[in-house]
Amino acid sequence: MSDFLDLLGLPFMQRAIIAAVFTGLAAPAVGTYLVQRRQALMGDGIGHVAVTGVALGLLTNSSPTWTAVVVAVLGAVLIEVIRERGHTNGDVALALLFYGGLAGGVLLTGLAGQSAARLNQYLFGAITTTSPGDVIVVMVLAAVIVLVCVGLSPQLFAVAQDQEFARVAGLNIRFYNVLVAVLAAVSVTVAMRTVGLLLVSALMVVPVATSQQLTRSFRSTLGAAMVLGTLASVGGLLLSAYASTYARVAPGPTIVLVALAGFVVAWPVGVLLRSRHRLRRPFPVVEVAAHEVIDEHPHDHGKDCGHVAVQHGDHVDYVHGGHRHAPHGRHYDEH
Amino acid sequence: MSNGAVAIAGRPILRGIDLSVRSGEFVALMGANGSGKSTLVRALTGLRPLAGGALSLFGTPYDDFHDWQRVGFVPQRGGAASGVPASVWEIVASGRLTHRRLLRPLGRRDRAAIAEALDVVGLAHRARDGVSTLSGGQQQRVLIARALAGEPDLFFLDEPTAGVDLPNQQILADTLETLSERGATIVLVAHELGPMAPLIDRAVVMRDGRIAYDGPPLASAEVATAHLDGHHHHHHEPERHDHAPHVASPIDGAR
Repeated sequence: MSDFLDLLGLPFMQRAIIAAVFTGLAAPAVGTYLVQRRQALMGDGIGHVAVTGVALGLLTNSSPTWTAVVVAVLGAVLIEVIRERGHTNGDVALALLFYGGLAGGVLLTGLAGQSAARLNQYLFGAITTTSPGDVIVVMVLAAVIVLVCVGLSPQLFAVAQDQEFARVAGLNIRFYNVLVAVLAAVSVTVAMRTVGLLLVSALMVVPVATSQQLTRSFRSTLGAAMVLGTLASVGGLLLSAYASTYARVAPGPTIVLVALAGFVVAWPVGVLLRSRHRLRRPFPVVEVAAHEVIDEHPHDHGKDCGHVAVQHGDHVDYVHGGHRHAPHGRHYDEH
Repeated sequence: MSNGAVAIAGRPILRGIDLSVRSGEFVALMGANGSGKSTLVRALTGLRPLAGGALSLFGTPYDDFHDWQRVGFVPQRGGAASGVPASVWEIVASGRLTHRRLLRPLGRRDRAAIAEALDVVGLAHRARDGVSTLSGGQQQRVLIARALAGEPDLFFLDEPTAGVDLPNQQILADTLETLSERGATIVLVAHELGPMAPLIDRAVVMRDGRIAYDGPPLASAEVATAHLDGHHHHHHEPERHDHAPHVASPIDGAR
């Protein structure tokens, strides 16, 4: 345990924790809008395109982070344009970029004379090798993403919810669509150091999937996803650091698996809550055709009888073996 | 709209549409499936670019029109759900966007307008619920409340009663009656009027992309035959060109 605390005191570990916090906040913020637009795989597509960006950086000996930002933004805008023109299926457009980006990246890395291990840092993350300069870039980009996602949330929500309505409300649809694409591209490159380009989409989508099991409104989904994303990325990092004394545990995959574990826990809870909510929703008040009395009833319905009580107008119906029993004087009516 | 034409992917869909809606009018756009009534509403709101002709809103040519808070639009929609849960209140609140400036929180007036819009459609008690838990008719009412929250003067509704049962249609009709009494201009696309029939001031029947009838409301049986009694020949009348701006739009107080 004291080894673990010593490890936390090391500068590279502290930088990694800061990077994890900011990435965990920013990625699900963008991810919420992507999921709302039913583009959950968009982050993945951009991630693959960014591989080419990283390789370009390695080839030209410039910072792979910045070349990845530029190439990812271009790729995201391209996906958006193909989607807007609409003739190619959005899925197909994504697939084309997936393969092009990944193949181009691996080819360019080879041309640059770099080993696969160097590229692996970007594919699967290498949060503990983050330099002070990298941390500042991650902090600034993540802060911009969070500010835009929260500050412009009414506009982004309206555009993602219903494009036609938003356009008649006078919003510039194309601007907001491209904005979301650019935000997604930037958050991909921000999360590149933490979980890696191939797993980046997980940090954008999994916390959103988890939080929407339990939420009913958009704002609470967004907020909960950001909290869950931070918990997962910091928790996964600490877990991998703790386990590293026993085995080689990579932080990137650990973060993703922690996030997935959160979903596995939340999913049955969500299913249970939703079915409870459905069972207890009041029955609609409709004029009753006939007064149907139940002859004999084995027990009195009440608070603790074990049958689900559902509000029905001015009284309560008890759901009993597929029937609805309503108390009426000394007997029960069939409702 | 004057001499309006719309082409989709090069195919002419609407031709020679002359339609002007006066302030406070309640107009029903009717016609069979594929007659172009939805396309016309989408052209009137600017969602479909015009291939020819001119459109002006409140006397302002479309290109110069920025006063979108005066226009409310209820799209044709099966439901209001999307990939992430959204509450009824949030959807209605997005109708307030036309009044909000960037990065400003909702003011007291905005909240009052949202609450009132929910009241008018009778869904105030479901405000906190996820919109996907509502029935189809209730979701349609949410979309109407969203348009209401923007407090517009001119409403476009695209088939609000499609797939909605009679009691919900009655609530919709009551909502529209309230709006109409407040002086709002309403353009409604409908297949069948149902309980809204007594509210209509004027019926426009579309047939194959052209206006086949424009006049006082018709009984629904007459809609199908409306094009028969008006057998139009295409006369090449010399087009009238004058330099006064041609106004084909609601003007306040014109009635």
